[in-house]
Amino acid sequence: MYSYNDFDAAFLAERNSQFRQQVARRIDGSLTEDEFKPLRLMNGLYLQLHAYMLRVAIPYGTLGSAQMRQLAHVADTWDKGYGHFTTRQNIQYNWPKLPDVPDILDSLAEVQLHAIQTSGNTIRNVTADHFAGAAADEVADPRPVAELLRQWSTDHPEFQFLPRKFKFAVTGSETDRAVIRAHDIGIQLVEKDGKRGYRVLVGGGLGRTPVIGKVIRDFLPKEDLLPYSEAIVSTYNVLGRRDNKYKARIKITVNENGLDTYRALTEKRFAELKPLFSGVDQEMLDGIRAHFAPPAFRNAPTDAYDAARETDPVFRAWADTNLSAHKAPGYAIVSISLKKHGQTPGDATSAQMRAIADLAEQYGHDDIRISHEQNVILPHVHVSDLPALHAELKKHDLATANIGLVSDIIACPGMDYCALATARSIPVAQEIAKRFDELKLEHEIGPLKIKISGCINACGHHHVGHIGILGLDRAGVENYQITLGGDGSEDAAIGQRTGPGFAYDEITGAIETILKTYLGLRESEEETFLEAYRRVGPDPFKAALYPEKEKANAA
Amino acid sequence: MPRPFTPKVITANALLEGDVVYYTADDQWTRHLSEAELLTDEAHAELRLIEASAQQHLAVGVYLADMAAGENGPVPTHFREDFRRTGPSNYAHGKQAEL
Repeated sequence: MYSYNDFDAAFLAERNSQFRQQVARRIDGSLTEDEFKPLRLMNGLYLQLHAYMLRVAIPYGTLGSAQMRQLAHVADTWDKGYGHFTTRQNIQYNWPKLPDVPDILDSLAEVQLHAIQTSGNTIRNVTADHFAGAAADEVADPRPVAELLRQWSTDHPEFQFLPRKFKFAVTGSETDRAVIRAHDIGIQLVEKDGKRGYRVLVGGGLGRTPVIGKVIRDFLPKEDLLPYSEAIVSTYNVLGRRDNKYKARIKITVNENGLDTYRALTEKRFAELKPLFSGVDQEMLDGIRAHFAPPAFRNAPTDAYDAARETDPVFRAWADTNLSAHKAPGYAIVSISLKKHGQTPGDATSAQMRAIADLAEQYGHDDIRISHEQNVILPHVHVSDLPALHAELKKHDLATANIGLVSDIIACPGMDYCALATARSIPVAQEIAKRFDELKLEHEIGPLKIKISGCINACGHHHVGHIGILGLDRAGVENYQITLGGDGSEDAAIGQRTGPGFAYDEITGAIETILKTYLGLRESEEETFLEAYRRVGPDPFKAALYPEKEKANAA
Repeated sequence: MPRPFTPKVITANALLEGDVVYYTADDQWTRHLSEAELLTDEAHAELRLIEASAQQHLAVGVYLADMAAGENGPVPTHFREDFRRTGPSNYAHGKQAEL
């Protein structure tokens, strides 16, 4: 993984020292809140419902064990002993106190972590496929590109006051695990005629106006990545609307001006910028790439794995759901579920973080990933180590076998923490997970992505959930709208609303109705919920959800 | 016709700790909603809001929140304020932990 050079370390130390002084000046009264707020946001510090919240970037979701241990240390020393992993591969601490934040940031800097540009109208943490460097299906590891983009965008003088926040996601695979079509810029590493390059998408996003990203360049030569990215963002910086916060994202800019116009303006700007890039960025990229060399995979017998599968049904169930294909023979990608039934999606205690760090060190080439689906990944584990790994995970409540199933729910913090939320998300996720665990239907239902947001801003990605749930405030009462048929993959689609929303105590039952309807109409056990929905459309689900309306129509 | 004024309290987050605080009749910030001043007159409420907002060194994000008169002081009329005075529903953290 990437390791800071002297410049990076000095930059971060200076930035943290500046923020320490800004906090001191706020506390002694020299700065008003209006003056201080943009400064704290630039450093990831929010004020939420019950407390401050510090959002720490995990660049492209990659951590080493030393970093994970430091996250645990921060949780124990300055917070309440846990952290919350988010849909943008960040970790959030829900209870820091303002005077402690400079110490927290210094502590994070010791392991090369920071909270810069995790808020504000800047280029945010660059996210990537959480299986990067391990997936059997990738053209190349996307993380060196993500790191280059991180370095380019950090403190970029032109892009500190964009019309609105700006999010990049990068993948190296055709199979999209990074939701690149729901990002302001999505980048896919591709190969054409034996040459490496990038497919560049622009103007995707969720929120109040969900839009699937559009291809602005189908094949961008690799040396043009930074000048072209700079041209896109620069065009947006000039053209993006600043008069209306809800129309300020690039998806609106692209839609209002049309993709062709946006592309033409980008190409014009690109022609100006291209000569300014001397190629030093490509040299830097080569240097960065060396940091991401694959680990020394070992050749070992796999008998222990095969034997454990035979004799231990619990292990086998876990292996069936939580492992993914690795590019190296004898290896597997392990997903550690942070979705134990009834737990808060994405939360890990400091003890769990330390356990994961130990296991990554012992069995996983010291490599840990955080997925946008709020789980932890050990990308490189030899299958002969899986029985021992699984036994350790069980001890720490980390062995839940539910990846990609009903209870593997994405949920934003919602009104339990977030000042913007209009309803709660977490307890809805907890109830749904518990219900289907009790019904013992999880494995029968099979692959399913439920995603819950507690407000229209859609941090919980509800628009691209196979089943999406949006919590709203309807006349002073929590109300939950359901969308069906959304998809965050390479076949991205926005889910369609079923109809009127459901009360807090009705929403779990409504999801049960939908899934029992699915079980009744699927053509075979192999037909997934999403496939069945695409075949039959929304009507059978609506009829089951709103029987009164159905009766009225028939009368 | 303008909507009739409904009773309110002044609330904010504490500058240092970030937790929820309420403004009392004697110009203090309290952690307990029951001790907050219930404002029933609109002009008085506006004036009190200006006074409370001036306390930048103690409180952040000062605003008026709808409340009703209860047996033990003001009680929330909206679920958001109910969560603010209690804490999150997934852990016994926040104010509920201090009760």
